[in-house]
Amino acid sequence: MFLTIGTTGTAEDPATDLGFLLHKHPGKAQAFSTSHGTAHVLYPEADAERCTAALLLEIDPVALVRRGKGKGRGGAPDAALAQYVNDRPYAASSLLAVALSHVFSSAMKGVCTARPELAAAPRPLRIEVPVLPARGGPALVRALFEPLGWEVTAEPVALDAEFPEWGDSRYVRLVLETDTLTVAAALRHLYVLLPVLDDAKHYWVSPDEVDKLLRAGEGWLGGHPEQKLITSRYLARRWSLTREAMERLELVRLAESDDSEVESIDNAVGAETETEERPTPLAQQRRDAILAALRESGAARVLDLGCGQGQLVQALLKDPAFTEIVGIDVSMRALTIASRRLRLDRMGERVASRVKLVQGSLAYTDKRLKGYDAAVLSEVIEHLDLPRLPALEYAVFGAARPRTVVVTTPNVEYNVRWESLPAGHVRHGDHRFEWTREEFRAWARTVAERHGYGVEFRPVGPDDPEVGPPTQMAVFSTQTVNEKEAKAA
Amino acid sequence: MTETPSKGRVLPVTDLSLVVLVGASGSGKSTFARRHFKPTEVVSSDFCRGLVSDDENDQSASKDAFDVLHYIAGKRLAAGRRTVVDATSVQQDSRRQLIELAREHDVLPIAIVLDVPEDVCVARNAAREDRADLPRRVVQRHIRELRRSLRQLEREGFRKVHVLRGAEEVEHATVVTERRFNDLTHLTGPFDIIGDIHGCSAELEALLGKLGYADGTHPDGRTAVFVGDLVDRGPDSPGVLRRVMAMVQSGDALCVPGNHENKYGRHLRGRQVQHTHGLAETIAQMEGESEEFRAEVREFIDKLVSHYVLDGGRLVVCHAGLPEKYHGRTSGRVRSHALYGETTGETDEFGLPVRYPWAEDYRGRAAVVYGHTPVPEASWLNNTICLDTGAVFGGKLTALRWPERELVDVPAEQVWYEPARPLRSEAPGGHDGRPLDLADVHGRRVVETRHAGRVAVREENAAAALEVMSRFAVDPRLLPYLPPTMAPTATSTVEGYLEHPAEAFAQYARDGVARVVCEEKHMGSRAVALVCRDAEAARARFGTDGPTGSLYTRTGRPFFDDADTTEAVLGRLRDAIGAAGLWEELDTDWLLLDAELLPWSLKASGLLRSQYAAVGAASGAVFPGALAALEGAAARGIDVEALLGRQRERAADAAAFTDAYRRYCWTTDGLDGVRLAPFQILAVRGRSLAALPHDEQLALLDRMVERDPTGLLRTTRRQYVDTGDPESVRAGVEWWLELTGEGGEGMVVKPLGALVRDAEGRLVQPGVKCRGREYLRIIYGPEYTRPEQLTRLRGRSLGHKRSLALREYALGLEALDRLAEGEPLWRVHEAVFAVLALESEPVDPRL
Repeated sequence: MFLTIGTTGTAEDPATDLGFLLHKHPGKAQAFSTSHGTAHVLYPEADAERCTAALLLEIDPVALVRRGKGKGRGGAPDAALAQYVNDRPYAASSLLAVALSHVFSSAMKGVCTARPELAAAPRPLRIEVPVLPARGGPALVRALFEPLGWEVTAEPVALDAEFPEWGDSRYVRLVLETDTLTVAAALRHLYVLLPVLDDAKHYWVSPDEVDKLLRAGEGWLGGHPEQKLITSRYLARRWSLTREAMERLELVRLAESDDSEVESIDNAVGAETETEERPTPLAQQRRDAILAALRESGAARVLDLGCGQGQLVQALLKDPAFTEIVGIDVSMRALTIASRRLRLDRMGERVASRVKLVQGSLAYTDKRLKGYDAAVLSEVIEHLDLPRLPALEYAVFGAARPRTVVVTTPNVEYNVRWESLPAGHVRHGDHRFEWTREEFRAWARTVAERHGYGVEFRPVGPDDPEVGPPTQMAVFSTQTVNEKEAKAA
Repeated sequence: MTETPSKGRVLPVTDLSLVVLVGASGSGKSTFARRHFKPTEVVSSDFCRGLVSDDENDQSASKDAFDVLHYIAGKRLAAGRRTVVDATSVQQDSRRQLIELAREHDVLPIAIVLDVPEDVCVARNAAREDRADLPRRVVQRHIRELRRSLRQLEREGFRKVHVLRGAEEVEHATVVTERRFNDLTHLTGPFDIIGDIHGCSAELEALLGKLGYADGTHPDGRTAVFVGDLVDRGPDSPGVLRRVMAMVQSGDALCVPGNHENKYGRHLRGRQVQHTHGLAETIAQMEGESEEFRAEVREFIDKLVSHYVLDGGRLVVCHAGLPEKYHGRTSGRVRSHALYGETTGETDEFGLPVRYPWAEDYRGRAAVVYGHTPVPEASWLNNTICLDTGAVFGGKLTALRWPERELVDVPAEQVWYEPARPLRSEAPGGHDGRPLDLADVHGRRVVETRHAGRVAVREENAAAALEVMSRFAVDPRLLPYLPPTMAPTATSTVEGYLEHPAEAFAQYARDGVARVVCEEKHMGSRAVALVCRDAEAARARFGTDGPTGSLYTRTGRPFFDDADTTEAVLGRLRDAIGAAGLWEELDTDWLLLDAELLPWSLKASGLLRSQYAAVGAASGAVFPGALAALEGAAARGIDVEALLGRQRERAADAAAFTDAYRRYCWTTDGLDGVRLAPFQILAVRGRSLAALPHDEQLALLDRMVERDPTGLLRTTRRQYVDTGDPESVRAGVEWWLELTGEGGEGMVVKPLGALVRDAEGRLVQPGVKCRGREYLRIIYGPEYTRPEQLTRLRGRSLGHKRSLALREYALGLEALDRLAEGEPLWRVHEAVFAVLALESEPVDPRL
């Protein structure tokens, strides 16, 4: 990992003053020991017109892995460090930021005892970071640096020239130029923004990071238009990192043994929903519709099959008419989040006795699910491969046989009404299919007939005259059949 | 000394029963129990009082003591162990609880009453230090209550009551253990189990003839077993009864009762029954028979035993099916289930009761053969099979040969009786996407394997496997196997190498393996292919509707997102198998292949982009600038020589890394560019090929590859090495150097005999991998060949990986054996699921 800081000058205002500003003599190569390797400072060019300092951090990747493993509770916080092959020795990440603050600590503070006026004055500066990992790409790089007075050149680096179809990597070659900033300000920008762009930190984020951020951001972070993004990324989601290390390891290993990325299998919980709870109106409407259907059925003991993060369980708990609520999900991660959301550990005994969260799978029959009044399958079936759907049908309608079953699923016809959804795309990366109203009804009627249920359909959300509602709901009931028979007889 | 026949009473006691001793304090119950039963069979209330209160005579602890007693007795009975309760049991209420307990576990309650005079009891109590001050009135009360109880014991539900009067009779009595009537485990057959006949005597005679019986006797001494429903509906119930009764009489047959005999039996005993469901026909036909014959029939039916446990417990025969917990048990509800089965309480659209699908839940090791529910075809489900193929409804009469498990049938001569509803294969045990049960896989489990004993799966690993299996895997019916992980060879000390084949050859030599095969390791993604000859073969064997097989990864995920591509690959494989003549040669209509699918970039493209190519891109972009800066500084006379040298080496290592992964990537379009390299045929119909020597395996596979005109299949290069011959070992090393020098991933060294044990009888590693020096950069990082890194990496520990590899191998073998032997799906899936769970155990992923 490597970057250069250069300046230009004249005989009166020589570029080599950079040496004073950085507290590093241009005529020497110096080495500093840091926690992950050796940082070298040297000057490839140094005369009155042009002076460039290079910071080169020699990282030991094996030591990095070992360090990462030993830290925290069972694993490195940074997913990249858990891999034995990683880009840390080459890319400019938080390791480089730390080295920067270590090697140029006085310069960063703007201290220059010998020539105080130098430190306070802006200089023409050119900073080059050849490999900057940038989540958000060149556009975000510009959005972060330009408001600070930098002229930004950010070019994406191709993944592999031999395989142009693979596209660009997440790295950009960054060149920053300015005439209006001091060296100290430039260093502080880099110190904060390198890890922000990388969106990963190699050390555990502790509470004192807030102080560090406030110190380094003094004078520029407060007015930055991307302040919120910078803050939240810099202070990486502390608990989510801990959680990752604690709970996903088994899945990480399964992904590894299959040569796939862990994200491709540990995706039961959407990344965008885990940071902040912002219930979309549709999700709320869906819950209301489900609650209404359950109340009509008179159900007291309810299964939430595929309860995910437990939003519906939470809503059910608020109504004492539901005396027993069981949330079932196949993802342990989802269950942990649900348990945290419900504050199960702090709940009063009386309320806690009404709710239970357990791991289960609808690909198998499960004796524990027998004998309930109602079951909800909200936005669940579309996460199954179609050939596996009959297994779920039998597990729910054939084996568990609750009196009432409420099923909701997206109506694919409505997708044209989502402005943000590109044509032909499904609403969620893990949706294996999305059905039209016709397809959903045909399926529901077949299932109902095969297993002796009656079924009726209801719209959820605005019922568009042309394409129908965004969510479709089917309410299956064994009573309906009996009532019909009673009427017939 | 020879034993003289005792002059005392002989008390028969059933081998599985709850024996209740009834007698006053001091009547000698404990002594009696000690003398006639095993110490562990006896549970005494005094002992339980001691357990909960430290005082065997503390009457205030009685309630808790009896809770404990009932709990212990319940556990023993559930496990099928005779239990003797040593408590006074003189009160009806305490006996009632014990009778309930016996019924709950479907065993016979037996009472043995010790009616001993008051004076004797009092004298005995007085002689015991701990009971010396027991008041006489207590004994008096006991005896009063006992006397009152005597006459009602049978009415209370005791199936045998032995009353011993006086100390003398108690002293001289002997207990003999009796088998249960249903326990015929000592009979090993061979058997011919025959389905529901319903008066179809012509079909019965034809079937007996086809089975080889001549006038009711088999020349090889086989025994026929009738599953009941001999009578009703058909043309000649008397003829069927005459034949079956004669065969049972002569010892050529066994027979269990069906619900139809049962009802006819009640009619014969003069009870009021409805003459429906074909009973009227039987009554009419029997009118023409003699009174004597009707009496014989009545006696025959009366004596029928609800079900039989045969062949060492491996076979259970009954009329309507029986869950495992009822096998060999004796109670009203066992008889009722055996005769009528369990219903859900609902009725179907034809007004007939809906049967509870007990066979779906069945997880027992004994095969259950039954009838009762007419189905078009007899087929196994969870080790159960229904033989009622509706002969009387114009179907056929079916028999099962045991232990051969062959089906033999004869068609009905005509429709003798119109069925109330069409014959359906759906219940019990259709193929309608019915899933496995969570209890088969969930939580901490231990899988019994025939090659390595018990293999444990931890709860958290099962939880992870459940998620992956449920959300991503192919249908479990098409997932009969997952490949085990493989350990690398022991770490090499050869300079510049972390892995080197010399260690592999040496290890196998130490394990006593003289000859090994080195197989080229294809750098792609592991793939298992289940190829059926056609969709019909897939339906018949795997019960799926549509796909002709499956192609999946090492975690059971389908290789291709769309079914058409999978079918295209299966089609090419099928053609190659057919052209090579393997269907006939291996006598099969399906084949399970272990293979590698190439290129690596096909499936691992996400990983390549996010990790490998990213590292290549970062290093490729950083070094030119860094080296230029160092060179600039050097030109200025600054001493950076050492640093520059190191950076140049690092740049070269990074470039070598990029070259390494690039070798395993190429662009594909549809199936163009896709290659499949099969290296083992795992199983075919009826047998696992896991023990077929690798040279024979490869010869079969070579023929497939040669006959594939599409270019999909790729051969596996190989070299044979004698581990004891230095020349041969040298040639093996040379071969590896050449292979990896060309950029190959490396090789796998396997014992030629495939499934091999060492001198101590332990499984030998089925293979070890020797990965190439350049390839390992992808695993250990671009710079792993630097001496200081190699030194550090040589400290890697292989023990856990090797143990994991063997455990997964044993589970894989187990899955194949269970598959080949036609065991129920849940048994195969159990082993497959365990492999996936073990894959989530913590182990260094670079190994």
